[in-house]
Amino acid sequence: MELLERFAQGDAEAFETLFRQFQSAVYGWIVRIVRNREVAEDLTVETFWRIHRTHARFNPAGSFGGWARRIATNLALDSLRRKHHETDLPDDLAQPASPDPAGQQETRKQIQAAFRQLPAKLHIVAILALVEEEPYAEIAKALGISEVAVRVRVYRATRALRRSLKEQGVET
Amino acid sequence: MSEQNDRGFRELLKKGMGPAESELKRDLWPQMLRRMDERSIPVPWFDWALVAVVATCLLLFPKAIPVLLYHL
Repeated sequence: MELLERFAQGDAEAFETLFRQFQSAVYGWIVRIVRNREVAEDLTVETFWRIHRTHARFNPAGSFGGWARRIATNLALDSLRRKHHETDLPDDLAQPASPDPAGQQETRKQIQAAFRQLPAKLHIVAILALVEEEPYAEIAKALGISEVAVRVRVYRATRALRRSLKEQGVET
Repeated sequence: MSEQNDRGFRELLKKGMGPAESELKRDLWPQMLRRMDERSIPVPWFDWALVAVVATCLLLFPKAIPVLLYHL
């Protein structure tokens, strides 16, 4: 029997095999959204926990990777919503190899703050489209929305980011 | 907005956000197993005993069902 069929029927070994095959991809997708290693690891485990719990709903003819990415995206979006209530900066955003001049460091903080001011559904699209340069079709699939909706959200996010950065005196 | 301006804006955002550490540094399977264990904590025996007692009572005294529902 195929791996995906065995998984859909609740086979524990099939689940472990899929976990090992897809954990890196799921983590890689989540960390690019939440930009925090620990949070991304926790959300990866949570994604697979949900996958495990709802195995019977999985259609073995479909794409496991696509299904996992959709669940991961929803969890990352929830995480961004929670994060928007916090005021501290993400603690493990990768720092440049050489020390930044004070001005650049300040600009980085202002840009990160501008992202946090966005509503979560614009934040996630802005990160994926503007920073990670993911194709709109991929973003649309992961969020379960149309490409047109992605385009509209990117437009709105860009406008909001430009406005916010302009208010903070950052040259855009 | 010109294409060049747009490109410059994206570069600024990328620089501001920094690269994400997209490589997974450790196997998460042990963490997954812990999570699965946490979520499958067995129901204590006395809970099952209580359910059995209530079910028996309801079978023996079906007229008690409305009373039970009223108190729930």
